[in-house]
Amino acid sequence: MTMIHKAPWFWAWVAAIAAFCATWSLSAGGAGGTALAVAALTFGSFSVMTGLGQMLVITMGPGNTDLSIPATMTLAATLSLKLMGGMTGSAGLIVLAGLVSALAIGAGVGVANFALIRLLRIPPIIATLSASFLYQSLAIWSNRGLRIKPPQVLADFTTGRALLGIPNLAWVALIISFGFWVLLNQSGFGRRISAIGQNPRAARLAGVPTARVSATTYVICAIMAGLTGFLLACFSGGAALNMGAEFLLMSIAVTVIGGSSIAGGNSNVPGIWAGALFMYLIVSMLNSYGLGAGVRLLSTGIIIIAIVAAASGRKARL
Amino acid sequence: MVVRTGDDQTGAQAVPVVELLGASKSFGALKALDHVDLRIAAGECLGLVGHNGAGKSTLVNLITGLFAPTEGQVRYAGAANHLEAGIRAISQEGTLCPNLTVLENLSVVQRDLTGLGWRRRAADRIRSALDVIFPGHRIRSDSLVIDLTLAEQQMVEIAIGFADGLRPARLVVLDEPTSSLDASIAAQLLAHIRRFCAEGGAVIFISHMMGEIFDTASRIVVMRDGRLIAERPAGQFTRQGLVDAMGHVTESDVQPSPAALARALGDKSQAILRTPEGIEARKGEIVGLAGLAGHGQAEALARFYLSQSSDWHGAARPAAAFVAGDRKRDGLMPIWSIRRNLTLAALDTLTRWGLIDTAKEAAIGAEWQRRIGIRTPDMGNPILSLSGGNQQKVLFARALATTAGVIVMDDPMRGVDIGTKTEVYDMIRHEAARGRTFLWYSTEMDEIRNCDRVFVFRNGTISAELEGDRISEENILAASFQFDEDAA
Repeated sequence: MTMIHKAPWFWAWVAAIAAFCATWSLSAGGAGGTALAVAALTFGSFSVMTGLGQMLVITMGPGNTDLSIPATMTLAATLSLKLMGGMTGSAGLIVLAGLVSALAIGAGVGVANFALIRLLRIPPIIATLSASFLYQSLAIWSNRGLRIKPPQVLADFTTGRALLGIPNLAWVALIISFGFWVLLNQSGFGRRISAIGQNPRAARLAGVPTARVSATTYVICAIMAGLTGFLLACFSGGAALNMGAEFLLMSIAVTVIGGSSIAGGNSNVPGIWAGALFMYLIVSMLNSYGLGAGVRLLSTGIIIIAIVAAASGRKARL
Repeated sequence: MVVRTGDDQTGAQAVPVVELLGASKSFGALKALDHVDLRIAAGECLGLVGHNGAGKSTLVNLITGLFAPTEGQVRYAGAANHLEAGIRAISQEGTLCPNLTVLENLSVVQRDLTGLGWRRRAADRIRSALDVIFPGHRIRSDSLVIDLTLAEQQMVEIAIGFADGLRPARLVVLDEPTSSLDASIAAQLLAHIRRFCAEGGAVIFISHMMGEIFDTASRIVVMRDGRLIAERPAGQFTRQGLVDAMGHVTESDVQPSPAALARALGDKSQAILRTPEGIEARKGEIVGLAGLAGHGQAEALARFYLSQSSDWHGAARPAAAFVAGDRKRDGLMPIWSIRRNLTLAALDTLTRWGLIDTAKEAAIGAEWQRRIGIRTPDMGNPILSLSGGNQQKVLFARALATTAGVIVMDDPMRGVDIGTKTEVYDMIRHEAARGRTFLWYSTEMDEIRNCDRVFVFRNGTISAELEGDRISEENILAASFQFDEDAA
C-alpha cells in the first residue's frame, strides 16, 4: 500500500503512536510500556464503541449528532444492573438477561430519538439533547443512590485479559469494529448513509429510503451506547449517574480526529481506534508531566483543535 | 406613438431614461444578448415579451446595472449609473427579506434611511406608495414580511419599487409583477402604471399575460435568441402576430415513437399513469411537459416521483426513476466515484444479504459506460472529474440501470452540449421502444419535439394537451401565454 499516507486515518495513527512513545519515554525505563498499552486499549475500547455509533450518525451529514449517548449509557447500565442484581439462578442466564436488557434499552432510546426528530421535526442535536434529560431522570429515579455490584463473572470478564494478553474489552471492541467496517464499506446500508450525508435530497430522488436509513442509524448508535454503558458499569464495579459524561465529547472527538468528515458522507473505522487511543494517551501524557487539571484540559482542547485543523487543511489541498 | 430622439419640444415623452447601444452580453460561449439597440423614453411603457431564454432577464440586468455589457454601451441620460438615473427593478421571484418588517425592507434598498427617525420616514414612504398604488390595502408597515400573504409580499415589493426616495423612480422594471396578484389588485397595478407613465415615468413591463401587455404598453418589443426581432407601437401588433413573432417556425423532422405509431394505427391502450395535475402517459410513450419555466412542471414531476417511492421502503423494482436536471442540487454524490454514482438507484439489485456484490457492480458500470458513452478511462474516478455532459449521462444511466417502468426527467439537458444531447435522445427513443415511459420536462423546443404527447403548463395547471402534429412551437407558445384574462 503505497497510498497509505493518503488514508484519512493515517495522521490520527501517527499522532496516536507519537503520543504513546512520548508517554512511554516518561515512565521509568520503558518497563511501563505494557501497562500503558493495556490501559490505553481498555479505556480506549469504551471510546471506540461509543465513537462507532456516533460516527454513523455524523456520516448522515450536518446537524446529525447524537447527544444522548451519556444518558443512554447511564440508563442502560442502571436498569440492567438492577435487573441482574435482583435475579437468582445460573450466572449465564443472568448475564444474558442483563445484556439483552441493556441492548433493548438502547434500541428503545434510538426509536424515541428518531421519533422526536421525525414526528416533531426537531433538529437532531436539540432532540437528542433534550431527550437525554428524560433518560437521565429515568436513571436517577430508578437508581435512588443504591449501588448494585455487577455479577462477578462480568466484573472478571471486563477486567480480564484472556487472549494474548490483550484486554477482553479490546477484543469485544475489535469484533464490533469489524462489523461496522463491513456495514460502512460493504453493505447497501452503508452506501445509503453516505449518500444521505452527501446530499439528502439527491439521495431521496435516487430512491434511497431516507427515513428508514436514518432511523436505523439512530437506533444502532443508541444500542452501542447501551452496550458501552453496560460494559463500563461491569468494569468499574457499578453504575454511576455521571458515568457517561465524558463520552459526549469523546464520541465526537474520536470521530473527527479519526478523519471522518464532519460535513458527512465520508467516514472510516480505523480512525476511530486511532482517535480513541490518542485521546487516552494524551491525557496520561499530560498526567505524567504532573500538570494540574486546568492545564490538562486546556492542552487537550488545543491538541484536538490542532489535529482537526491539520486534517481539514490536508483536505483543502487535495 | 413614434419615439423621438433627443431633447426636442415634445417634453417628457422624448427624454431617454436609458439607452442601449449595440449592447451584447456573453456567458462563455453563450451569447445571451446580441447587439441590442434600445432606447426607453420618459413617459412610455415598454412591453417586453419572448420565450424562456430569449434574453429578457439579461436585458433587464444590463439596464439595472447588475451586469456590465460584454460589448457596446448602456447609457443613462444625465446620470453616471443606474442608481443616479432612478432605475428600479422588481424581480419575479421575491427579493424581500422575510425576517424583516416592511419598512426595514425599504431601508435595505434606500440607503438614505439612516439616522434618527428613519423608521418614521420609511413608514411614511412605504405607506404612501401602498396607498397610491393599492388603495384599500391592509398592509401595516411594521408587519414582518414572513407574516404577509404571497400577494401582499408582491404588493410590498412593487410599492418599494415605486416609493419616494432620495432619487425619485424614473424607470421601473416589472418582471411578471401580477403572477401572485388576483384580478382586482392586478387592475389597480395596471392603472397605476398608466398613471405613472402619464406623469412622465417610464416602465418596462414583462408579462406572459398578453392582455396586460396590450392594456398598458405603449410600445412592444419582442425578443428571441438574444435579439430584438420586432419593435412596434402596441397598436400595430395583433395577439396572433405577437405569438408568431416570438417563435421559430421550423418543420418537425422527428420520427414518432413506436408507441405513438401504434396508437395512430388504432391501439387504444390505457394510460399507465395519471397525476393529480392531469398528466397521463401510456406504456412506451414519451410525454413532454412544456410551458414557461417555473410554471409548476418541476413540482408536478417531483410530486409524482415522491408518490411512487417511499421514505421507508427501498425497492429492488422501483416504479419510477428520476433524472435530475439541477445536477448539483438533485443528483450528484460529489465525493463518490462515477461507478457508485451510477449504481445508487439500482443498489437493491446488487446486494445479497445486505452486502454489495462488487463484481456485479463493476459489470453494470462497464455496461453503461459502453452503452451511454461515458468518457473516462476508469469508472472508479471521482464523478467530479467528468465534464457536465458526462456527469449528466451518469445520472441518465443511474435511472436507466434500474428496472423502473417510468423515467421522470426534470429538464435534464441544462448545460449539455449538442453531441451529448443527440446521443441521449437516441437512448431515450431506444428505451421507449422497449416499453419504458418517459415524463420529460423541458424548456427547449427541440427537445419537446421528441415527445409523442405534450402537456403545456401555465400557473401550475395544464393549459393544453398536444399530440402528434399539433406539437408545434406556435401551439405551445399560445398555451404558455394567457390571452383571455378578465382585466376587471
